[in-house]
Amino acid sequence: MFIINCPYCGERDQTEFSCGGEAHIERPKQPTELSDDQWAEYLFMRKNIKGIQFERWNHIHGCRKWFNVVRDTSNDKIHAVYKIGERPPIK
Amino acid sequence: MSNNLRINKNNFIDQTVRISFKFNGKKLFGYKGDTLASALLANNIHLVGRSFKYHRPRGIMTCGSEEPNAIVQIGKDPALTDPNVRATEIELYEGLEAFSQNCWPSVNFDIGGINNFLSPLLPAGFYYKTFMWPASFWEKYEFFIRHSAGLGKSPTKPDQDLYDHQYVHCDVLVIGGGISGILSAKLSAEKGLNTILIDDKSYLGGSTIYQDDDIFKINNETSNVWLKNQIEKLKKIPNLTIKNRTSVAAFHGYNYLLARENLTDHLGAHERKGKIRQRLLKIRAKKVVIATGAIERPLIFSNNDRPGIILSSSIKKYIDYYGVKTGENISLFTNNDSAYETAISLNKSGVKVKVIIDIRENPSSILSEKIEKAGIKILRGHTITNTDGYKRIKSIDVMKLSKDGENVVGNKTTYKCDCLGISGGWTPMVHLFTQSGGKLKFRKNDNVFIPDENKTPSEQISVGSSNGDFELDDVINNTVKNIKIFLGLDKNDYENLDIKCSKEKQKRNIWLLPSDKPISKSKPFLDFQNDSTAKDVKLALREGFKSIEHVKRYTTTGMGTDQGKLSNMHALGIIADTTGTNMGELGTTTFRPPYTPLTFGAIVGRNVGKFFDHTRRTAIHDWHVENKAEFENVGQWKRPWYFPKNGETMYQAVQRESKAARESAGILDASTLGKIDIQGEDASEFLNRVYTNAWSKLSIGKCRYGLMLNEDGMVYDDGVTTRLGENHYIMTTTTGGAANVLSKLEDYLQTEWPELNVYLTTVTDQYSTMSICGPNSKKIIKKIIPSLDLSDESFPHMSFKNSKIDNVNCRIMRISFTGEQSYEINVQSNYAKDVWERCIEAGKEFNITPYGTETMHLLRAEKGFIITGQDTDGTLTPSDLQMDWIIGKKKYDFIGKRSLYRSDTIREDRKQLVGLLTDDPKEVLEEGAQLIDSLEKPIDMLGHVTSSYFSPNLNKSIALAVVRSGKKLKGKKLIVPMENKNINVTITDTVFYDKENKRLNA
Repeated sequence: MFIINCPYCGERDQTEFSCGGEAHIERPKQPTELSDDQWAEYLFMRKNIKGIQFERWNHIHGCRKWFNVVRDTSNDKIHAVYKIGERPPIK
Repeated sequence: MSNNLRINKNNFIDQTVRISFKFNGKKLFGYKGDTLASALLANNIHLVGRSFKYHRPRGIMTCGSEEPNAIVQIGKDPALTDPNVRATEIELYEGLEAFSQNCWPSVNFDIGGINNFLSPLLPAGFYYKTFMWPASFWEKYEFFIRHSAGLGKSPTKPDQDLYDHQYVHCDVLVIGGGISGILSAKLSAEKGLNTILIDDKSYLGGSTIYQDDDIFKINNETSNVWLKNQIEKLKKIPNLTIKNRTSVAAFHGYNYLLARENLTDHLGAHERKGKIRQRLLKIRAKKVVIATGAIERPLIFSNNDRPGIILSSSIKKYIDYYGVKTGENISLFTNNDSAYETAISLNKSGVKVKVIIDIRENPSSILSEKIEKAGIKILRGHTITNTDGYKRIKSIDVMKLSKDGENVVGNKTTYKCDCLGISGGWTPMVHLFTQSGGKLKFRKNDNVFIPDENKTPSEQISVGSSNGDFELDDVINNTVKNIKIFLGLDKNDYENLDIKCSKEKQKRNIWLLPSDKPISKSKPFLDFQNDSTAKDVKLALREGFKSIEHVKRYTTTGMGTDQGKLSNMHALGIIADTTGTNMGELGTTTFRPPYTPLTFGAIVGRNVGKFFDHTRRTAIHDWHVENKAEFENVGQWKRPWYFPKNGETMYQAVQRESKAARESAGILDASTLGKIDIQGEDASEFLNRVYTNAWSKLSIGKCRYGLMLNEDGMVYDDGVTTRLGENHYIMTTTTGGAANVLSKLEDYLQTEWPELNVYLTTVTDQYSTMSICGPNSKKIIKKIIPSLDLSDESFPHMSFKNSKIDNVNCRIMRISFTGEQSYEINVQSNYAKDVWERCIEAGKEFNITPYGTETMHLLRAEKGFIITGQDTDGTLTPSDLQMDWIIGKKKYDFIGKRSLYRSDTIREDRKQLVGLLTDDPKEVLEEGAQLIDSLEKPIDMLGHVTSSYFSPNLNKSIALAVVRSGKKLKGKKLIVPMENKNINVTITDTVFYDKENKRLNA
């Protein structure tokens, strides 16, 4: 059960949040120009990394804001949190 | 029987307070401070249960939570009885009634005991191997197997006790109140840190608190006296909380721990009344100190499970702490020095120790010298090869071990005894450490897994014997040294203590002790609770199981309620020995929470009955109750289902309501539909992107139906959205989808389209909605709001007006989910019941009929309107629903658009929504029924019925279904196969009633 440092509210219990999967998957600006394969790549393909993973989280039972989290899935250590639109503070 | 095994000694039992209790119906007594186990032993009762598989007699084996055998049923009333309680943990209280489990008709004569004689036929995997064939017989086998297996009996009625949850925060949490935990807590609290000390016992001090021999001294006081003084000082520190009778069940990441605090389990019935039984503590600690100690290991030799065979440290505790002799003629069997401490305690209390059998060749220490001075015989380099005695141990066979320890040599000597203490060394309790994600390392010297300080996942430390320190000086010195670093402390009182203790010189370990008999003829028990033996582990290895996790599951070793606290290490050792592997490489099985079993009550706390989930009621709910509505749960909402009159069945009520709504007027409480207020200069553009159809051209005051897809093109939600102003809309969603739709829209606004200036606010609770439909609906609205122009020109279908009922603002939408002319009145919720009653009053002359969700479903099905979630299941596109008209072909993009022409979504043989009519108009289909086109095998499943009703307005049965290639199959005959008949149906259009929509303006 992690503690997540919401960039808007501060440290809160994990139960206040919901995870929205992999981060930095941008919705294509011109979907109609994509082939089936390209669209499927956006729609279905997600990484499932053991190690450092960039994730979207929503403070659903709090400020309801979406933000990004850098989490090591092997030990649940959170290395960084940052707002939507910001660049990841670590690589 | 009296307490003739009780000695008068300065122990921890209050012998002035007698407590009477019953065991298997027999009245006995013990004293305040006893556990059930100590009281039974004082009454010379060892035999408490039968083993799980062979039904062998079993006795009390330990004095703590690791107890595998002495598991009892508490309470006589089958409605409220408590199964699987460890007799070694439950404190004695007046009126306690306990029963043996897993035996019939009684623990003394158990018919299942025949399994013991059949045991050569019941090896590991017996049930899997035997009852696999023929598969159809399993049902018959299962009844008997289930009947003879299992532990206690479940209570038959809901738990009447109260349970609680509490969130707890602290700087430092110390788990374990033994000497290392006491020192840690004291150092932490004295530094001013907010500290919590948790221990599962009713007292503090662990095993040191009764270590009164002068071999163990700290600053010239015996260790128990010294520790007692420390505890007294500890209790006075203000920023320390001590929680006794509390057991940590789970250690999760980020120092989040769950602990069960027993509040009244030790009290008599009259004292616990109205009080909370157990409290689940949800602890978030900045730092955690694990001081959970170690558990003594048994030794594995043939027939090592007889009643009267007890861990040697437990014998010591029974005599020193409880003042109870576990026998009159005790022998001890050991591979380490601990048994000598037990011998000293017994000797002091005048209990005869006949012989100590030590597998080591030269176990000399201060302890052994003291023993020999007292005239107790030590047999060095010997082992026990067998024991005798059925319901109580009677004798042991002893032989000399060969040098390599693999065989026995020489002659066999038999010693009589009524109790045997066994000690196989110590296992650090690393469960919590590994639960938190910590990794273990193997210490070969004494065969223990201890925490690897370099692989510790959070701010935590293990100290004392849970960290592998077993001698008093090591425990104290290392604890003080490590806690100092861990908490960043300066100098303290404990740095220069003068500690005297015995030091163990020789170690020897043999996981499976040899016998003069071949292993096939012996019964060396490993897991006492699950009745698995060393033989079973060896069999599993022979049959090809290699991973420890597989061997565990195949033999069930370590899978009892004690989670293998006593057996795991030996199982590992035997596997390592047999396969020639290093134990460190083999690793342990995974330790999973809870450390000791939790009650369901503690897990759920107060979240039972009506507190299990929130209940949402509309503002008009009380009216529905007064008018005898039957309710349906829709998510958390209570919605009127139907309003039965004069004893009507649901079917009769729905038929009446449906007819009334079409013939005159009906009224529905639609307040539960999700309502999202959408504002901002980009609101129209936003709707364009989230709905499939076009929104830019919707003029102010108009309503439009919209379909929302997922990005994969599948229908997600639907509802009517009204344009209230230039940049202001109100969207309605389905009742169940409201929260998810809002979250989804927020997601897109925040992450994909932050450039859009749009604000979303849920107003579901703030507005209530009542929908009046039917040919007389206009007249009723006119009566309530005479000033409102209701002409079709001024107020056409799919439009909206602001109005007032007296001084109450209301929004009226002319929209319809029934196909009838229909008006939805939206008012602030606190006026809703009043407005509803006005509608009912005004509608009286038109027989206005309140209807519920069932009639609503029927009426919309007559019109072929879908309900998302009933007719759709997340696999249907708008085209599959024959709703191509709602796709804005000219729109560049909307959520899910690109997916609508993926190779998979344009397949023509997708399942598609169709109407069904039964050949016999009276036959109503079952929702979910399958559709086929031929009875010839193999039968091809074409689809299923999604909605089905008897329509009173059409006087026939109607249904909606999804059918493969359904769009092309209009007019085709299909079959609905039911259990005892086949129903013939014909595929039709989805609209059954008023195909031309004439009634909307009638």
